[in-house]
Amino acid sequence: MLELKNVCFGVENQDSAKEIIKDVSFIVPDEKFVVITGPNGGGKSTLARLIMGIEKPRSGRILLDGRDITELGITERAKLGISFALQQPVRFKGIHVVDLLRLASGKQLSVSDACEYLSAVGLCARDYINREVNASLSGGEMKRIEIATVIARGTTLSVFDEPEAGIDLWSFQSLIQVFENMQKRSHASILIISHQERILEIADSIILIADGRVSGQGSRDEMLPELMKSTVPVTCNRILEGGVSRAQ
Amino acid sequence: MLSEIQKQLLAEIADLHKVPEGAYNIRANGEAAGRNSTANIEITSKTDKPGIDIRIKPGTKNESVHIPVVLSQSGMKEVVYNDFFVGDDCDVLIIAGCGIHNCGDQDSAHDGVHCFHIGKNCKLKYVEKHYGAGDGQGKRIMNPRTEVYIGEGSSVEMEMVQIKGVDDTKRDTVAKLEKGARLVVHERLLTHGEQRAESEYTVELNGENSSADVVSRSVAKEHSYQIYRSRIVGNALSTGHTECDAIIMDEAKVLAIPELEANNIDSALVHEAAIGKIAGDQIIKLMTLGLTEAEAEEQIINGFLR
Repeated sequence: MLELKNVCFGVENQDSAKEIIKDVSFIVPDEKFVVITGPNGGGKSTLARLIMGIEKPRSGRILLDGRDITELGITERAKLGISFALQQPVRFKGIHVVDLLRLASGKQLSVSDACEYLSAVGLCARDYINREVNASLSGGEMKRIEIATVIARGTTLSVFDEPEAGIDLWSFQSLIQVFENMQKRSHASILIISHQERILEIADSIILIADGRVSGQGSRDEMLPELMKSTVPVTCNRILEGGVSRAQ
Repeated sequence: MLSEIQKQLLAEIADLHKVPEGAYNIRANGEAAGRNSTANIEITSKTDKPGIDIRIKPGTKNESVHIPVVLSQSGMKEVVYNDFFVGDDCDVLIIAGCGIHNCGDQDSAHDGVHCFHIGKNCKLKYVEKHYGAGDGQGKRIMNPRTEVYIGEGSSVEMEMVQIKGVDDTKRDTVAKLEKGARLVVHERLLTHGEQRAESEYTVELNGENSSADVVSRSVAKEHSYQIYRSRIVGNALSTGHTECDAIIMDEAKVLAIPELEANNIDSALVHEAAIGKIAGDQIIKLMTLGLTEAEAEEQIINGFLR
């Protein structure tokens, strides 16, 4: 279980300070699928980076399974069971796809294990396993490999930052399947940042983040009709914008 | 007999754990420590200066030659001339390399001058690894010079590796290509401490449809200094590409000078050079997989120098 308690974060320039995350609290319970949504620039990606330890909160606490991890670094959090798929995956010259999967799994992977992870994200393993994770891979391929590294880690909490961006429509259903399968593992919880209606539809609960604050949270059945209604016109428009029609 | 230190050096530079099969010549502390010629590959000592001649008969296929050099005596300095005469239609692997173990206070140096005369329609792979070890104050110095004359329709692949422990190196490589010849060079270099490495390539594309691809990947750590100079000259209808990609760390410095000279309207030449530190997001990504910052750096460098 992940718990954020009154988390605040901001950036300071020489003469100005900007609050990005303002007193955010929420819980991601065990075995639950939680989606964070909201307008662009609202602080969603920053929240994911705070959870992974890439950024440190100005105040507030972050707890994983009851343990305070606020002061821990990225590596320690990763070892405690958090994994993170970046919105924009990183490229490496000379490192092969299989190397990345091996590092992610933390063990000597057999080729068939590696193939399983790649097949799960819709890549033909034989074609990719010895490819370099460099500029020769397309944005969509990188995105799938990023998701495969999270599957290979098999941690209790997996955080995905806009996993659907760059994934083509045809593969979308299998992406949904990936998340459903991950959730079946005992105690595994998933936190996804997404604008995608079809991802919102499979969420157990939805957190709406706008202007750095939690502006609504609840079960899917409570939240989804709210989001779709004109009561939050800006958010609603953006969700649709970021929806199926935007998938590339 | 080789000492334990010499055996370790051999394992580093030639992946040799015992006497190799096929043709070989092992040079240890300036003396021949073993030699074997085969039916197709003849190795003989030079009579006018230190070094050997290696003659490979036309049509020799799937054979290899090992010519490692190891120095374990502090203060040892030598210049060695090795000439390769490769007949037409050969397909061979040549593994050279030099390992210096210096635990004394005097500088040890090996300057290898290699000259390749390659016939027509050959396929040749040349692997050269340099390695230094030992904790003495004396420097480990290597200044190799390589000349490659590539005959019509032949293709040559050169792997030049210097990963650790060589204090001072000046590498000079010259290649001349005839009609339809191809040259591919992969250089990998890692310097650390106060090391200095200089590498210079001059490739002349003299024959029609000749092509060259010279790629260097290097990592400069601590206070080390690297100069990479790569010059491709197109004298005929030809294609040439040279690339220098360097990671700098700590207080290291790297100077990259790619140079192109087109003397023919149908010569197409390209150069690329990039120098920079390891990207922060690469380290972050590997840390999210559970690696420490130091482990992440090591993985990034190992991959880069693969």
